[in-house]
Amino acid sequence: MTILKLSAAALVASVAFAGAAAARDQVQVAGSSTVLPYAKIVAESFGETFPDFKTPVVESGGTGAGLKEFCKGVGPDTIDIANASRKINEKEAEACKAAGVTEIQEVKIGYDGIVFATDSSNGDMKIEAKDIYKALAAEVIVDGKLVANPYKDWSEINDTLPKGPIAAYIPGSKHGTREVFEEKVMKEGCKEAGSTDVIKGLISDAKEASAKCIAVRKDGVAVDIDGDYTETLARIAANKTGVGVFGLAFYENNADKLKVATVGGVAPSTETISSGEYSVSRPLFFYVKKAHLGVIPGLKEYVNFFVADQMIGPEGPLAEYGLVAAPDAEREEIRKSVEEGKTM
Amino acid sequence: MTNIVSPVAGAVSPAAAPRRDIGIKRRYAAERRFRAYGIAAITFGVVFLILLLSTVIRNGYTAFQQTAITIPVEISEKLIDPDNKRATDPSVLIAANYPAVVRDAIVKQLGIDPSKRTEVREAAAMISKGAPIQLRNLVVANPALIGTTVNVTFLADANIDSANKGQIDLNVPEANRKVSDTQIGWMNQLKSAGAIEKQFNTGLFTSGNSSRPEAAGLGVALVGSLYLMLIVLALSLPIGVAASIYLEEFAPKNKLTDLIEVNINNLAAVPSIVYGLLGLSVFINFAGFPRSASLVGGLVLTLMTLPTIIIATRAALRAVPPSIRSAALGLGASKMQMVFHHVLPLAMPGILTGTIIGLAHALGETAPLLLIGMVAFVADIPGTPLEPSTALPVQIYMWANEAERAFVERTSGAIIVLLLFLILMNLGAILLRRRFERRW
Repeated sequence: MTILKLSAAALVASVAFAGAAAARDQVQVAGSSTVLPYAKIVAESFGETFPDFKTPVVESGGTGAGLKEFCKGVGPDTIDIANASRKINEKEAEACKAAGVTEIQEVKIGYDGIVFATDSSNGDMKIEAKDIYKALAAEVIVDGKLVANPYKDWSEINDTLPKGPIAAYIPGSKHGTREVFEEKVMKEGCKEAGSTDVIKGLISDAKEASAKCIAVRKDGVAVDIDGDYTETLARIAANKTGVGVFGLAFYENNADKLKVATVGGVAPSTETISSGEYSVSRPLFFYVKKAHLGVIPGLKEYVNFFVADQMIGPEGPLAEYGLVAAPDAEREEIRKSVEEGKTM
Repeated sequence: MTNIVSPVAGAVSPAAAPRRDIGIKRRYAAERRFRAYGIAAITFGVVFLILLLSTVIRNGYTAFQQTAITIPVEISEKLIDPDNKRATDPSVLIAANYPAVVRDAIVKQLGIDPSKRTEVREAAAMISKGAPIQLRNLVVANPALIGTTVNVTFLADANIDSANKGQIDLNVPEANRKVSDTQIGWMNQLKSAGAIEKQFNTGLFTSGNSSRPEAAGLGVALVGSLYLMLIVLALSLPIGVAASIYLEEFAPKNKLTDLIEVNINNLAAVPSIVYGLLGLSVFINFAGFPRSASLVGGLVLTLMTLPTIIIATRAALRAVPPSIRSAALGLGASKMQMVFHHVLPLAMPGILTGTIIGLAHALGETAPLLLIGMVAFVADIPGTPLEPSTALPVQIYMWANEAERAFVERTSGAIIVLLLFLILMNLGAILLRRRFERRW
């Protein structure tokens, strides 16, 4: 029974090993890959500014995966913070509650713009939400009827758009960005194109009708990208006429390779997003387990450090990377709610 | 005079039996075709290997050099410790305004008017944002520096580094690139003054990950991978060898051992992400081991490599001729002595090769590490296998997803490092095999 003895010994050894470090002295963060670069900058500066605390560990993996990990329970073997590129949804909040994570603090860190861009060799591109909707919806209204999307060329949709086959690379459903794309582009475009009411007239079930507006065609014209923006960039480099969906920060870092499209005549930039002129943007969050504050060393300090103006302010390193800082009053509000420990 | 193909043959032919068709032509042609296929297959492989290696090396060799700026820095007491409190309150030195010290130094070096704020900001952006921390550590370690002027070598900002390496296309409009024409001018000014130069990038091997490309290194990943390999080796070699010796030499051949054998062969083909799921539920959720720690990673990878090692070891044991066993038993050795004194030493080369191939496989694995939290940003080098860490392939994956251009060369640089490790391990396997090989 050599195997049994050996594996038993190995198991005992590793358990004894693990017992030595039951208490965690390091903040653990997981979640959205959109928030990751910002969380990394803050974590690194935090480690440098507070030599007494270890640098927090930031896992990537997506908003959904992060919140799932977050809602596993309370205790040092669960993560302290979940980064999210969208609000926590009801299902996730319920899962949290069921696992005993009842007190959650929601912290908004700023806004992220979502931009449409093509290869830099293309001409200027001016698009409207309704163009995107018509180009990418699974079913569109033609002559008052709902039919499978017949459009193959941008010029079929709008004369002002360049001639060329429609090809779009949009974030896959595991990304929080997809939800924003559906809400802010597809749904808006559906409304702008006047299709919302027509669809409501055709389909009585309200839920099903609104799902028709945001359903993306699956005939190969719109490609879901489940990886990161680097994959979208590679796809566009291979297909020069393709249109990709990027975060503003990613675009700004690769502005020499990409040409950004205006949406509704407004070019995306930190200014136009914070003023609200550029509509396709979304807030970014992180969620903190209140039960861990004061238990995990450095967690409280990390949260306070994150929301300080030297990080999320308009002059801070996050804004420099591409985050759209929240307006002054809102940042004050964020800090106040963190200070008071307001939970959801 | 003897002409074998002489008219005689023609004359006698009706009577002679027709020459037996042994298809010599056809068979030679088949062989030629097969050789051509073989050469084509090898060429195909070699072409892709060369393509891969040349891309990686072309993109990555620059990562081993890093641009550094050496400038005289006046560590003025006015900026660092204006009230002269450092003797009583050392924390003054930690919170002091080091960014201003660095900024003043570069502004002075370039001869910029300090009242022009945009220019000052652009000049300060040429030096890595880690520079103030570097200066802080310098001053905290040696407070006597305050009030003096010292030459300090700072890392250049990643964008300046890329420009210095010629990786930025200067024909692109200024607004669309990360380096302005003024900064390029300053860079050339520093270059002619000898203040800017490319150094060997030791930080690539010693620093942890960083959000600043110029400061990001493989330190955490190298240490993490080392821990992983040690854990996998320490657990999977004894367990794997013990299991195979038992199965091969001692176990009775019945339905149960057949079942075990089938299972082991199946496990070797299970996708590695499944082991990640297993590790998450068993080691982290059930046993309560810390997340992101290389201990858990090592255990998961051990499970993943065990079948490979068991299969290789069993094959090596089976290759030892039965005559050796019979001879040992015949001379009065016990079964255990027979295995450990005779069979195992002869099977050693095969076992070691299998183990090292299994280890190399484990070294390149990311998928199972994703689920146990090792795909993460970790800045501090782990002191024990219980602290959070990453691994080499994870670092490659994470850098490949970065938005900044400067991470492209680092990604390829990291791939080169990983390939070197794999080559070293395989070389080790060959050497060990040579060393232990015995003939009978």
